[in-house]
Amino acid sequence: MTAACPACPPMPDTTGAAPEGGVQISLPTIHCAACMAGVERALSRVDGVISARVNLGLKRVRIETVPGLGAEPCLAAIRAAGYDALELDTDALGGEGDATGRSLLIAIGVAGFAMMNVMLLSVSVWSGATDATRDMFHWISAMIALPAVAYAGRPFFSSAWAALRAGRLNMEVPISLALILACGMSLYETLESGRHAYFDAALSLTFFLLIGRYLDHRTRIAARSAARELAALEPSRAERVTRGGTETVPVAQVQVGDLLHVPAGMRVPLDGVLIRGETTLDRGLVTGESQPMAAGPGDTLVAGEVNLSGAIKMRVTAVGDDTTLRRMAALVEVAETARNKYSGLADRAAAIYAPAVHLLALLAFLGWVWASGDLRLSLNIAIAVLIITCPCALGLAVPAVSTAASGRLFRRGVLLKNATALERLAEVDCVVFDKTGTLTDGRAIPQQGPDAAGMGVLKALALASHHPVARGLLAGLPDIVAADLTEVQEHRGDGVSATWQGRPVALGRGGWLGGTANPTLKIGDRLYPLQTGEQMRPGVAQAVAGLHAMGIDTLLLTGDTAHAADKIALAAGIAQAQADMRPEDKVRVLDGLRAQGRRALMVGDGLNDTPALASAFVSMAPASAMDAARVVSDMVLLNPDVSVLPEAVDLARRARKRIVQNFATAGLYNLVAVPLALAGFATPLMAALAMSTSSITVLLNALRMRT
Amino acid sequence: MNILVILVPVSLVLGGIWLGGFIWALKGDQFEDLEGDAQRILFDEADQPPEDTREG
Repeated sequence: MTAACPACPPMPDTTGAAPEGGVQISLPTIHCAACMAGVERALSRVDGVISARVNLGLKRVRIETVPGLGAEPCLAAIRAAGYDALELDTDALGGEGDATGRSLLIAIGVAGFAMMNVMLLSVSVWSGATDATRDMFHWISAMIALPAVAYAGRPFFSSAWAALRAGRLNMEVPISLALILACGMSLYETLESGRHAYFDAALSLTFFLLIGRYLDHRTRIAARSAARELAALEPSRAERVTRGGTETVPVAQVQVGDLLHVPAGMRVPLDGVLIRGETTLDRGLVTGESQPMAAGPGDTLVAGEVNLSGAIKMRVTAVGDDTTLRRMAALVEVAETARNKYSGLADRAAAIYAPAVHLLALLAFLGWVWASGDLRLSLNIAIAVLIITCPCALGLAVPAVSTAASGRLFRRGVLLKNATALERLAEVDCVVFDKTGTLTDGRAIPQQGPDAAGMGVLKALALASHHPVARGLLAGLPDIVAADLTEVQEHRGDGVSATWQGRPVALGRGGWLGGTANPTLKIGDRLYPLQTGEQMRPGVAQAVAGLHAMGIDTLLLTGDTAHAADKIALAAGIAQAQADMRPEDKVRVLDGLRAQGRRALMVGDGLNDTPALASAFVSMAPASAMDAARVVSDMVLLNPDVSVLPEAVDLARRARKRIVQNFATAGLYNLVAVPLALAGFATPLMAALAMSTSSITVLLNALRMRT
Repeated sequence: MNILVILVPVSLVLGGIWLGGFIWALKGDQFEDLEGDAQRILFDEADQPPEDTREG
């Protein structure tokens, strides 16, 4: 009958809290028993490690250490064993022991146990037990069912109570009402030695709905813990300069006026002023500019910029909520609230369904009272209607599909952060790309061509120039000694010329030096074409072509110059490109799209994209993006490859179709069963059949998404 | 029908054993890392359960 296998517990995704004084390390590349054994063995040889246990599902190792041992020796040991290792900020991960998930599972277990036993008794009643036997079976059922429903139904009762107190109706209200009425009426019928008791229906209702509940919870918790993990990937520490040297402290402990040391290659932790040292800064993540900028004493530094070339000292001018980053994030919150008003398919269905069900049951009651004058019979029929229409399959329709779909998207490297992101992704009809960091790698690339001495000359010339391109070149150069130049002269708009070991050397525009490539290095008479800046990421053209094939428009918005924008748009196949966009301009473009009724997916990574990401219909940021951009995005792209986009949209569309199908299936069962219930022919057997078969159909249909 | 006096409690006890086992396994973190635990049987050396490794 109810072959829903109550003995098969669904897979939980719980993560216990880290032991105190422990270290957690993310292991993105492990995948098998050998990896686990390798990591654990490597860690067991580290002094001070008490124990280490790899969690393959989470790709994470939890290490218990003696107090005072940091993560560094563990990271080194794992890397030496040949695996990638990234430290996780245990504070940011927080105590994520999934207590709710666990109590839901226990509730499912209790409901499953009670359902099995009551069903066993009900089967004998349906097959013809009468008189004293039937009464006894009803009594035993009541003794099992009443406490089980009271215990396992708590999530629904509390949610319904909260909604009623706020004067609203939600899906849990008809569920709770059906549960309470079914139990109450069955108890009354049992007392009166009646024929029909709905204890089994009440229990299977609880059981199936709890499964839906749990799937929903699991999807949310998985997204949340992964998002937390992303935030925890870069523990924010700063090197504070003290009288005795430097000490590493958490960013939260740094105060305004502190002196910080920022080594080359590190991110600027807080806003401040550069006081010693010369360097180039990658402001790409903050401003979206692809070219590194030179900075010297007196220049302002913004948290999030990357210090590329030289070690610097800075004086902190703002901490915590006063930093530019945080203020930008506050702006974003305003835009976000508008988007959170999107109501998913389930909510829309519930808004129609819940009142309709109540009304139908009430009408059935009144109709039968008027027709027969028998209160008990009328109440029986009204409750049968309520039980049969109870949104059992409806409660499973959405979570089952979104669990299957988001699991598949995760395997393809797309992480859903927002519960309604999948549904919104399905409605997308245009995609707006940011350029730098999304379609292109903004970092300077290493040069090939000149020999070691030539590289020294290049570095010296680049150092002499103030042009942004030269700064970009500089950032891409290896750590070499600059050549000694004499007669250095900068030619505005053309480049730099100088003399090196008696030979004329120059760096500049190709046309100026008689070459074609921009820029060109000239040593004596030889020309060396150089590579600059941006390279399109693999898979971009493919992704754009795929989106066009699905009838989705593409648009490129960038803060870069029109020349750079056109070049990338042409290479990627994007028809429309708009350059020189400030963050406000991007928001305006997206608002314009919204006003035209378009549903835009924004893909961007910079802080300058953050307001645009927040105001888009649905948004996506690569995992390499700024924290702020990742936080506001609905989805995170775990690998920098955007070629997965068409597949993701296709999957979302199929998921949406599957959800609608599920609603239709559930509706079909109701369409057959409700008239029978209204006519008074409904029996507990029928209710059990309709409920189980519709729930199982819906679950199976959802599982087809997995393949 | 007197057989019911035995059969009904038997079915309840069996179900109860299953429920107790499920809750015990859940509380004992046995569902923490399904994938990893499935792979651990492939280790050459004997694996120690988490409780033991924690004690060192």
